[in-house]
Amino acid sequence: METVLALAIGVLAGSGVWLLLRPRTFQVVIGLSLLSYAVNLFIFSMGRKGLAIAKEPVLRPGIPEDLAHYADPLPQALVLTAIVIGFAMTALFLVVLLASRGMAGTDHVDGIKARDAQEMP
Amino acid sequence: MQGVWQWLGTWMPHLMLVPIVLPMATAALMLLLNEEQQRTKTILSTGSIALGLVVAVALLQWSDHSTTPSVYLTGNWIAPFGIVLVLDRLTALMLVLTSAVALAVSVFAMARWFKAGVHFYVLFQFQLMGLAGAFLTGDLFNLFVFFEIMLAASYGLLLHGSGRLRVQAGLHYIAINLAASSLFLIGASMLYGLTGTLNMADLAQQIPLVTEADRALLHTAAGILATAFLIKAAVWPVNFWLVPGYSAATAPVGALFALMTKVGVYTLLRLWTLMFSSEAGASALFGGQWLMAGGMVTMVFGSIGMLAATRLTHLAGYAAIVSSGTLLAATGFGHASLTAGLLYYLPSSTIAVAILFLLADAIDRWRNHGASLVDLNDEEAPFLSHELVAADHTNLDDEEQALIGRPIPAAAAFLGFAFLLCTLVVAGLPPLSGFLGKFAMLTALLSPLGLGHPLTTAPPPTAWLLLALLIGSGLLALIALTRAGIRHFWAAHERIPPEIRLTEGMAIAALMGLSLALTLHAPSAMRYTEATAQSLYTPRTYIQAVLQASPVPNPPAAAAPVPGAAP
Repeated sequence: METVLALAIGVLAGSGVWLLLRPRTFQVVIGLSLLSYAVNLFIFSMGRKGLAIAKEPVLRPGIPEDLAHYADPLPQALVLTAIVIGFAMTALFLVVLLASRGMAGTDHVDGIKARDAQEMP
Repeated sequence: MQGVWQWLGTWMPHLMLVPIVLPMATAALMLLLNEEQQRTKTILSTGSIALGLVVAVALLQWSDHSTTPSVYLTGNWIAPFGIVLVLDRLTALMLVLTSAVALAVSVFAMARWFKAGVHFYVLFQFQLMGLAGAFLTGDLFNLFVFFEIMLAASYGLLLHGSGRLRVQAGLHYIAINLAASSLFLIGASMLYGLTGTLNMADLAQQIPLVTEADRALLHTAAGILATAFLIKAAVWPVNFWLVPGYSAATAPVGALFALMTKVGVYTLLRLWTLMFSSEAGASALFGGQWLMAGGMVTMVFGSIGMLAATRLTHLAGYAAIVSSGTLLAATGFGHASLTAGLLYYLPSSTIAVAILFLLADAIDRWRNHGASLVDLNDEEAPFLSHELVAADHTNLDDEEQALIGRPIPAAAAFLGFAFLLCTLVVAGLPPLSGFLGKFAMLTALLSPLGLGHPLTTAPPPTAWLLLALLIGSGLLALIALTRAGIRHFWAAHERIPPEIRLTEGMAIAALMGLSLALTLHAPSAMRYTEATAQSLYTPRTYIQAVLQASPVPNPPAAAAPVPGAAP
C-alpha cells in the first residue's frame, strides 16, 4: 500500500511540476491542481504511525484508545481544510486566467505571443 | 496610570482577539452595504483601522509591561490540543506596524484609488485580518489558514483597478503563491508526522526528542517549510514575482504589500528561534547559514536591481527586496544584539518603502500632468518617439531658460522633502532611523558582546561580509535614489505644479511623522527591540507560557435540586 501511495504521489507531483513549468496558462492551472492532489495525498499519509489501513478514527467500545488501533484523525482534518482552500484558490486562478486570456488575446503566461505560437481563434 | 492597567487587565486575554475579529466584522458589515454607499464604507473602514491601531498600541504596552507572553486559548482547549493565540513583544510590534501603515494607506486611498474597482475596503480589511492572524497565532496549521486569508485578499487587491499589466502580474503572483502554499502544507504535515504536534511551542519541545534516524527527515521538513516562507519573504531566486507584481498594483496596495514580505521574515524569525534555538539539541541553529547566504545574495540582487530600475515603483519594489534580504541575513546569525538591531530596522525600512510607493503614485501623476498613468514599456526609450527620432516636446540639451527666481510650489516641495526622507532611510544615512538601525546592526556584528566589552575573538568572515554588504547596498541605494530624485525633481521643466489631495498629503505626512518619531524615540524603541530579541532567544518562557496556560474553569453548574430537600 505504501508503495502504491508513494508512486501515486510521485506521479501526480511530477506531472504537476512539469505542467506548472509549461508556457500556457491552462497547463499551469492543471499543473497546480495535480500538485495540490499530490500534496493532499501526502498529508493523508503523514499520520503519527504512518498509514492506517482499514481503521477509522471513531472510538469503539472495547478497543484500547491509542493510535495503534485507530487511524490518526488529525491529518484527515488537515487535508479537509487544505482541499477547501486549494479548491477556492484554483477557482480564483481560473478567473484570472480567463481575464488574462481576454485582455491579452493569448493564453501565454506572459501575455505575449511566443514565436512559435499557434493562432488562437 | 495604575487604573488604566487594571482596566486593561480586565479585558486582557480577550483584547488579543480584536486585531482579528474587528477587521472581519467590519468587512462583513461592508459587504452588506451597497456599492453606492462609498462614503459610509470609507468612513467605516478607516474608523475600524484607527480603532485597531489603538488596540494594537494597548497590546504593545501590555506586552512590554508583562514578563511572560499572553496566551489566549481559543475554544478553551488547553495548549497542544487546541489552537492558541500568543501575544509577545514581537507580535505586538508587528501588529502596531501593520495597523499604522494600514491606517495611512487607507487614508491615502480615500482620495481616489478606492474607486478604481469594487470592494476595495472589504478586501483591505480581510488582508488586515490575515496579517494580524498570522502574527498572533501559535499553531502551525492555523498559520497556514491565516496565510491563505491574507493571500486571497492580496490577490483581489493586486487585481484592483484591473488592466492588462495587473492581470498579468496577478497571474504570476497567484501561481507562485499557490506553489508556495503546497510547500507549506508538505512541510507542516511532515513536521506533524515526525513530532505529533502542530503547536509551535510544543513543536519546539519535541524537536530535541526526535530520534537520530528521523533527524534528516526533520531537517528536510523544516527546509521545505522555510522555502515557503522564503518565497513570501522574496529571497533570491524566488523573488521574480515581487517587482512586477508590486509595481503593477495600485499605489496604496503596493504600500500595503510592503508589509507582506515582512510576514515571511516574521514567520522565519519566530519559527527558527523557537524550533532551532540553541536548546534544540542536535538541530540547534539548523539552517542559519542558509538564511545568511540567501539574505546576502538577495541584498546584492536587490541593490543591483535598484540601480537598474527606471521607474519609481520598480525602485520601491527593489528597496523592499533589499530590506528583506538585510533582515534575513541578519536573522541567520542568531545573535540577540544583532536581532535587536534588525527589529529596529524592520519597521523603519517598511515605512520608508511604503512612503516610496505612495510617492511614486503622486510623482507619476505629476509627470503626466494629472493624467492617469501611461503604459510605458521599459524597452522603449522615453525620449524617443516610435520612429526612433527625438520627440518634439522633450528637450535633451541645455537651451532651456534657467529656473532662477521661480518659487517652488508647496506641493512639489512637500514631495521632494518626503522623497529625501525616504532616500535617507532606505540608504541608511544619518540622521534618520534607517541609519540608526543599520548602525545598531553593524555594532552588533563587530562586537557581539556589546560596546565596551573587548573582543575575545575576531569577528568571523561572514560578519565582515554582511558589514560590507550593508554599507555597499546603502551606497547603491543612495546612487539609485539620488538619480531618481534628480530626474523627477530637478530636471523638471515647464511643468504644472503637482496636485496632491489633502488626504494623500496627510497620509504621506503621517508616515513621515512615524519615521521621525522612531528616530526621536530611538532609545525607548531600541530598549523594546532588545527586550524582544532577548525573549526570542530564550524560548523557554514562550514555551512555558503556552503549555501552562490554564483554561477558564466552567461556571459551576446550577445547583441540582437535592432530592428530598424540598419540603
